[in-house]
Amino acid sequence: MIDQLLHLLPYAFVQDMLLAGILVSIVAGLVSRFVVARNMSFAVHALAEVGFTGSAGFILIGLSPVLGLLSGSLVTAFFIGALGLRIRERDAVVGVVMAFGLGLGVLFITLYTRYATEAFTILFGAITTVSQGDLMLLVVMAVLTIAGLGVMYRPLTFATVDPVVAEARGVPVRLISILFLLLLAAAVAEAVQVVGVLLILTLLITPGATAERLTAQPGLATVLSVGVALLATLGGILLALVTTVPVSFYVTTIAFACYLAARFVAPALGRFRAGSTDN
Amino acid sequence: MNTNRIGLSSGAPANFPTSPEEPAMCFDRATLAYGDRVVWSELSMTVPRGEFLAVLGPNGSGKTSLLRALLGLAPLASGSLDVLGGPPRRGNSAIGYIPQHAGFDRDVPLRGRDLVGLGVDGHRWGFGRLSREDRTLVQAALEAVAAGPYANEPIGRLSGGEQQRLRIAQALVGDPQLLLCDEPLASLDMRYQREITELIGGWARDRRGTVVFVTHDVNPVLGYADRVVFVVNGRWAAGPTDEVLTSETMSGLYDAPVEVLRVRGRIVVVGEASGAGFDIDEPHHFPEPARAHQ
Repeated sequence: MIDQLLHLLPYAFVQDMLLAGILVSIVAGLVSRFVVARNMSFAVHALAEVGFTGSAGFILIGLSPVLGLLSGSLVTAFFIGALGLRIRERDAVVGVVMAFGLGLGVLFITLYTRYATEAFTILFGAITTVSQGDLMLLVVMAVLTIAGLGVMYRPLTFATVDPVVAEARGVPVRLISILFLLLLAAAVAEAVQVVGVLLILTLLITPGATAERLTAQPGLATVLSVGVALLATLGGILLALVTTVPVSFYVTTIAFACYLAARFVAPALGRFRAGSTDN
Repeated sequence: MNTNRIGLSSGAPANFPTSPEEPAMCFDRATLAYGDRVVWSELSMTVPRGEFLAVLGPNGSGKTSLLRALLGLAPLASGSLDVLGGPPRRGNSAIGYIPQHAGFDRDVPLRGRDLVGLGVDGHRWGFGRLSREDRTLVQAALEAVAAGPYANEPIGRLSGGEQQRLRIAQALVGDPQLLLCDEPLASLDMRYQREITELIGGWARDRRGTVVFVTHDVNPVLGYADRVVFVVNGRWAAGPTDEVLTSETMSGLYDAPVEVLRVRGRIVVVGEASGAGFDIDEPHHFPEPARAHQ
């Protein structure tokens, strides 16, 4: 198996895939911290499912499924943002938008029954089958998302953990919510390429949820979150290359194992959670 | 709209002794409204620097809105307001803010030290990491409120009093001139109430800082407050504590007989039940106003 991997690694498409995997992991690790803290699991799900509709629509008219996904999730983010940002109404709005979006998806699949494999790919993910051009598109999108998250990381953190004081200190909390929603849409479109629409939460929730269990230090938690996403994604891609099981199975399994370890093994290690150094 | 008001000695800003510098804040016929609902109207009051202002009144009377106006988050419908020599503006770093105590989720990945750090740089864009000087500031703020021993613990695991000390450190780390406190004593027991009030009052005294302290119970701050403003039903009364908290003024504000008693150094406000039912067993709760005439 190792031999097989060493044999594959020099290939350009394998390296591109790993590069895309690394960038998507960084995005997922960063974003999942905020998805967990802001209770946005349901929004992630909706962005992914309507992303599927966008993807199906784009394939139907002969355009890139990756761009379709991005368009679908961005439009959804726009609707969620425009219709309701307050926690109380957000879930309902997300549900309403998602239901209609999926309805459109049903129409598109019906229209392109000949491409059932592609629908399967989008639902369950298969970065190993993404075309060279889309892979490069994915890399560009991921770099832009990381840059966006980098710019708003601090005020986003402030607005997430301490919104009242953040607003008093001049942080534009409403603008931050909208910007985050748009970045989340991009992150969803990227992570879907690896694990698929139905398994999206494994990259956009599990890393952040795992990190929270390990430390109360926000900076360290973000690093750990990215670490878990990297481990799951790269491990998944490499294992999928040498076996016949899809990437997403490996990614979800590795991520889940990390979470279980954080829940049950880390507490046994004692003081890890409190963090004892300054900053 | 209810425009009745009781202007005490603070009615016109000019009535106050002029200080050599700008006052900390100056309301001039200021009216705040959300849509059609007037929160308070024609409020005129000047607070010199270094004073401790207690903001009193029943729930929903616009005490928090007064802080939001000072923070530049709630624009006035009419009138004017100057804060530290200029109009209110968002993100004024000369203002520290302690929000209503809500308590942190048990598992939120945040330490006390991080909360205070956000007070230094949380509003800046970028990834960032506190510089050495900033970390020194954070450490000093933590020590000033004696929060050092638990600064690295997850904040959700701390007691209400400990969290509130961290809030004070967060508000003071930027060395503000004006400190706005929104019910900082709510849900704290007597011992913590005393400690927190002493921390805030002590800061004001030592740094000649100005404090605006929203509270539904005036008693914990009686020893600190230089003046009070009482808001109820869109009306207000402002001035030195002894002039505002009298049976006569309060009866006028409520438009109903209200008795202000001084018992063993505490102030107790009692009124005739007017539908809302004054709770005499809990004398520190100001009676809800009768709203029938609105």
